[in-house]
Amino acid sequence: MTATLEAPRTAPPAAPVRHRNRTGTLLTVVAWVVGVLFIIPVLWMLLTSLHSETDAATNPPSIFAPLTLEGYANFFGAQTGTSPWPSLLNSLTASVLSTALVLVLAIPAAYALSIRPVRKWTDVLFFFLSTKMLPVVAGLLPVYLIAQQIGLLDNIWLLIILYTSMNLPIAVWMMRSFLAEVPVEVLEAAAIDGCGLMRTLRTVVGPMILPGIAATSLICFIFSWNELLFARVLTATVAQTAPVFLTSFVTSQGLFLATVCAASVVVSLPVLIAGFAAQDKLVQGLSLGAIK
Amino acid sequence: MTTALEPRTGPAWRRSPEETQALRRAGNWARRAPLLPALIFLIIVTQLPFVVTLIISFMNWNAYYPDERGFAGIDNFRRVLTDVNTRDSIITTIKLTVSVVLVSLVLGLLIALLLDRAFRGRGVVRTMMITPFLIVPVAAALVWKHALYNPEYGLFNGVLTWIFGQNAPQPDWVSTMPLTAIVVSLVWQWTPFMMLIILAGLQSKPLDVIEAAKIDGCSGWQIFRHMTLPHLRQYLELGALLGSIYIVQNFDAVFTITSGGLGTANLPYTIYQTFYNAQDYGRASAAGVVVVIGTILIATLALRTVSSLFREEGAR
Repeated sequence: MTATLEAPRTAPPAAPVRHRNRTGTLLTVVAWVVGVLFIIPVLWMLLTSLHSETDAATNPPSIFAPLTLEGYANFFGAQTGTSPWPSLLNSLTASVLSTALVLVLAIPAAYALSIRPVRKWTDVLFFFLSTKMLPVVAGLLPVYLIAQQIGLLDNIWLLIILYTSMNLPIAVWMMRSFLAEVPVEVLEAAAIDGCGLMRTLRTVVGPMILPGIAATSLICFIFSWNELLFARVLTATVAQTAPVFLTSFVTSQGLFLATVCAASVVVSLPVLIAGFAAQDKLVQGLSLGAIK
Repeated sequence: MTTALEPRTGPAWRRSPEETQALRRAGNWARRAPLLPALIFLIIVTQLPFVVTLIISFMNWNAYYPDERGFAGIDNFRRVLTDVNTRDSIITTIKLTVSVVLVSLVLGLLIALLLDRAFRGRGVVRTMMITPFLIVPVAAALVWKHALYNPEYGLFNGVLTWIFGQNAPQPDWVSTMPLTAIVVSLVWQWTPFMMLIILAGLQSKPLDVIEAAKIDGCSGWQIFRHMTLPHLRQYLELGALLGSIYIVQNFDAVFTITSGGLGTANLPYTIYQTFYNAQDYGRASAAGVVVVIGTILIATLALRTVSSLFREEGAR
């Protein structure tokens, strides 16, 4: 403060500021470079998917080769006649239905763990989480044998049930954290105004947790859509999902780089859309609601 | 106290102890009811199979020899634990998990620090950073294997040709460094995840305290070392824990990039193979039981971490 009065002493503080600005610019450049490095594989996948097979397989790479939709046409069966649509639809069915089932089971459970908690609710919550830590692969064989016994192999409902159990703990944790944010005062006020339980839930709690429900569904959708191990072991031709189609696609067709990239783009598209839509709630979902 | 009140509450108000208890019990059940469907569903779908695994792990059961099915005692466990393949795959799993989690945690921390300041295009860079996490894991593995690592026309060797001309080294990435190739592709997918968690931690740090430290003349490094890092500790732990849960179980990348060859078979892949190719049910189950026991040990530690985080939230 006094320094402004004395001319010689104003100069030194100015230098660090300029220095800080230069470091600031440098850090900005570094941040951009890192961001670009991380997205290059995605951009490369996109670019390759739009090249012809001959242009895709050159060294050095031909970046400015003419664009074409050949790869996509091939993926959708232009040459082989095998269409990916059944497997894409299976993935969609399994993801959407399991997500719906998860919500139906998770929201009441989360209610019983937050707004009107049962006794020892933390223990219950941690039981849910502990099932998430059991390695999927250890349950693979018994699930296979049981499914074989009751004739559910290669049936999309088997995947729906498994994906529901896979995502249920995540959804319970997430929904609990969203419901815990609903202030008690609001519920009390609704009760004083004579709202019944169902009406309170529908008109007061519902709208408040709607963004949370949306984020939870998107994350469950992503995890179901991505799943490979169960789908690979438990389905064959009928209930095959998109990731399984993707793996079998490469082995049976040999290597067609542009087609493989086109396939990867198409299969990833729903996840990209869901992920960007849930971007703000992504952290909260991935940290099981531990981070606000 | 009750004696003083008794005259006021008339006989009509008084409930017998049995009635009160019945009411409380009914209340408890009303509280539990919404929880039960989810709980029962989860117990049936996730716990029941493990009971079956446990039973089969003590059986001699190979689908190729159905007649020889019978009780095997601890034979399967002895075979699993003395088998070189299993031991190798346990070591591979540890190597894979530790390196992916550590590297992506450190990178995630550095990038989160870069993104924790206002600059032009911060939102764009953040979106670019998140994108790798939103590529379907199988698709990502395929793209890394074929479009990036391929020795003849992958992008990496293409870039080498650009830089060094026709005599550029053209390594076969996947066969010369198979595990590293898998680790790098997984780090690429998981760094965004760590970054998101750590960034959330950075943005929740107490600004007033840091402001005070700045006024007191603390250097940026001092603030980072003694204030930011301790504050981030629980976020780093959470990232490491969740990352480990998912990467220990990784199947997609190992299956796609190397098909478990060249010493990259981790436990999930080995069990998948024992079951899928060798059809040795007894042994696959025993391996599964071993994995579960190992996981329970790690998970107990992990759950303690989460619950400490959780208690803090409750205390707030």
